[in-house]
Amino acid sequence: MTITLNSKIPAGSINDKWNTYKEDAKLVAPGNKRKFKVIVVGSGLAGASAAATMAELGYQVDVFTFHDSPRRAHSIAAQGGINAAKNYQGDGDSVHRLFYDTIKGGDFRSREANVHRLAEVSVNIIDQMVAQGVPFAREYGGMLDNRSFGGAQVSRTFYARGQTGQQLLLGAYQQLARQIGLGNVRMFNRTELVDVVTIEGRCAGIVTRDLVNGEVVSHSAHAVVMATGGYGNVFYLSTNAMACNVTAAWRAHRKGAAFANPCYTQIHPTCIPQSDPTQSKLTLMSESLRNDGRVWVPQNPDETRSASQVPEAERDYILERLYPSYGNLAPRDISSRAAKRSVDSGRGVGPLKNGVYLDFSDAINRLGKDVVEERYGNLFQMYERIAGENPYDMPMRIYPATHYTMGGLWVDYELMTNIPGLYAAGEANFSDHGANRLGASALMQGLADGYFVLPYTIGNYLAPMLNKPIPGTDHPAFKEAEMAAQTRYQGYVDIKGTRSPDYFHREVGRIIWDYCGMERTQQGLEKALSELPALYEEFQKDLRVTGDAESMNQTLEKAGRVDDFFQLGMLMCRDALERDESCGGHFRAEYQTEEGEAMRDDEKFAHVAAWEWTGDPTKSIRHKEELNFEAIHLATRSYK
Amino acid sequence: MSNHLKNLKLKIWRQSGPTDKGHFEDHIMPEISDEASFLEMLDVLNEGLIGENKLPVVFDHDCREGICGTCSLMINGQAHGPERSTATCQLHMRKFKSGDEIVIEPWRASAFPIIKDLMVDRSAFDRIIESGGFISANTGGAPDANLIPIPKSVADAAMDSAQCIGCGACVAACPNGAANLFTAAKIAHLNLLPQGQAERFKRTEAMVETMDEYFGSCTNHGECEAACPKEISIDVIALMNKDYRKSKFKNRKEISRS
Repeated sequence: MTITLNSKIPAGSINDKWNTYKEDAKLVAPGNKRKFKVIVVGSGLAGASAAATMAELGYQVDVFTFHDSPRRAHSIAAQGGINAAKNYQGDGDSVHRLFYDTIKGGDFRSREANVHRLAEVSVNIIDQMVAQGVPFAREYGGMLDNRSFGGAQVSRTFYARGQTGQQLLLGAYQQLARQIGLGNVRMFNRTELVDVVTIEGRCAGIVTRDLVNGEVVSHSAHAVVMATGGYGNVFYLSTNAMACNVTAAWRAHRKGAAFANPCYTQIHPTCIPQSDPTQSKLTLMSESLRNDGRVWVPQNPDETRSASQVPEAERDYILERLYPSYGNLAPRDISSRAAKRSVDSGRGVGPLKNGVYLDFSDAINRLGKDVVEERYGNLFQMYERIAGENPYDMPMRIYPATHYTMGGLWVDYELMTNIPGLYAAGEANFSDHGANRLGASALMQGLADGYFVLPYTIGNYLAPMLNKPIPGTDHPAFKEAEMAAQTRYQGYVDIKGTRSPDYFHREVGRIIWDYCGMERTQQGLEKALSELPALYEEFQKDLRVTGDAESMNQTLEKAGRVDDFFQLGMLMCRDALERDESCGGHFRAEYQTEEGEAMRDDEKFAHVAAWEWTGDPTKSIRHKEELNFEAIHLATRSYK
Repeated sequence: MSNHLKNLKLKIWRQSGPTDKGHFEDHIMPEISDEASFLEMLDVLNEGLIGENKLPVVFDHDCREGICGTCSLMINGQAHGPERSTATCQLHMRKFKSGDEIVIEPWRASAFPIIKDLMVDRSAFDRIIESGGFISANTGGAPDANLIPIPKSVADAAMDSAQCIGCGACVAACPNGAANLFTAAKIAHLNLLPQGQAERFKRTEAMVETMDEYFGSCTNHGECEAACPKEISIDVIALMNKDYRKSKFKNRKEISRS
């Protein structure tokens, strides 16, 4: 099968495309919606909001999560906020500005029409979430409060203390719970997707594995939505939750769905640096902290005094110096590289010299400790618990870490992958953030996809299928996929080697971080591509999973996920190697300006790279979707 | 800067499934950095067990940032261990010292049956939310978000209770296995907000009655508040009781009218 990439962007001016689409889309009558079954995999912001909304409309919805409850999805950990072009502050914001900032923030590597739609529906998200009882921060007069985030010169970020993701996810979860209680959604907890089934070119359903008893079961449906998050855990250490993985998206890829821009990964500038070799994950400190915190390193690499003893003249406020107009709120990729260079030049701080300071002393002097505590209290507490230092007295130490993946399953304007009937929403798709995502835009995209895009576009696909039979789970394709999944999981148990899945995960993560992390080179990527297959072979021969495949076995779950990370890792390195330019989170050391800024090559690379699976992860085929910019001009990104 | 703890004696609950009787298993942790988190210490233990061809200890965990509510564990008899307002995943080994004996058990409550080892089934919490822990506002058609001003103090109070992470520590700490803090936190969050008024009494009645189906009764011990990693105040339980009492009269009136 060869892949056709038809982005299905509606005609018309950028301002009219979405309305035109909605007016032309086919509809399913209310009474007929119950005749359609839709599967949603994942219960984060995108999955829960899509499932709840489709159930409200009348579709039969089955939702699957590997968590013990849909409320655990990793959207919950987002701290800082959600963007929306409400212009409540009257500071000149508009849909166009949010659209432009997002395209520019993504270094001109995203699809205009999708991003514009995202900016348009952003305002509806805030209305919807307030109606559902999300307790956003308010001013004394009772109006909604806003803060600024990186890459924007307006205040358009809505927040709920440092727990915006939690409040939004719980809002979506509650809406989903209501539909479960009403019997409109069947919820499958502790159930992991292990395969996607296609019959006659359409997505016919999925195969799942019950994590409690290992049972492998097929589910057929008219359409399937993958809302399964990102693949940042390929780096082993990241800010992602421990269970975040690429398996669902990867299984879809192996069944023919194109995987787009895997090398676009985001390194978040403000995480707590690694302190210990046993460390299992890194913790993010919200970007909102950069509203009031100042990033600096000592000018002298041999500085030994504590932070407060270093006089003003001997400090280098790196972001304020390099990017005066955005200062400490420069976008994530740019801020991360500035921190990396400071540490690489030996000016890192902390016992391992692996961080930079994020200093609140000026803010505390200016605003008072109470105001700072009101804004960031829970983040300061979290920092103190982990790092054992009090950030009111000593500056935080921070360092970049993998946080988000812009790449993902290729989708068209309708959020459908190239497999008819298979959709991808939220972080699992590639569509809106280009080569770099702006802060507070992930929550926006997850909810936009789930609430305001998918429920419209899915009807357009389903309508013509009315009253036509779909293949049941007794179809041989389902049986084959079930067999393959059983063999795969039993296979991990049967290797009986000597190394745990975690050992291999750490090793694969180290290679990807070293060669496909914040800075990439041709030489390094080639090295990674020679080391990864060898390590993968070792994994296949020397893996050890104790226990069996018929009961709760967390080691076995991990084995399957690490297997898929290996394959994805190889594709990431290939994608990074083929993209001979620097853009956003993809920084190739060979392509930079004299000042060390990313240098794009719009002639050759103003396109999406969408990869086709061939059976061998090192031999995937690269397809292109050209990006056409009609509403805005390609420009060199500058935050100076 | 990091120091190492030596010779920790771990007593860990092992149970192969819901019907197994279960037992304590002793392990020695010869050395661990005080920078490691409690769960990272268990990761190290599990790596060792796999190395010895044994079954690793099963426990629930995910975000390791204290927000998803997946982790649990009774540590030396305390839900989430010795540090106040801290979930197990945020507890660090610097709270312990060399030679300590650490007893690790699952949440103990009949409403949370054990799945394996330290992992329990908390789906009874979902049943409570499904019965009324929401505002019925279908997608689309919501009025402008600033249409109804919400006083800051009200939004803040709602946020205080909305912070609940649904971990179940309140139930595990309660001698009666009651879920009043969990249920009341959600009721307080929604009942305080203007958007939550339409369903206020219906919600309260439904959630309290679902809670009673699964969990024990509250006798105001206050253990739940002490164990809560988000420091949710038991004041919310008083609010819930007040609204429940009102709802029993109000709902009766509405029913008689229909």
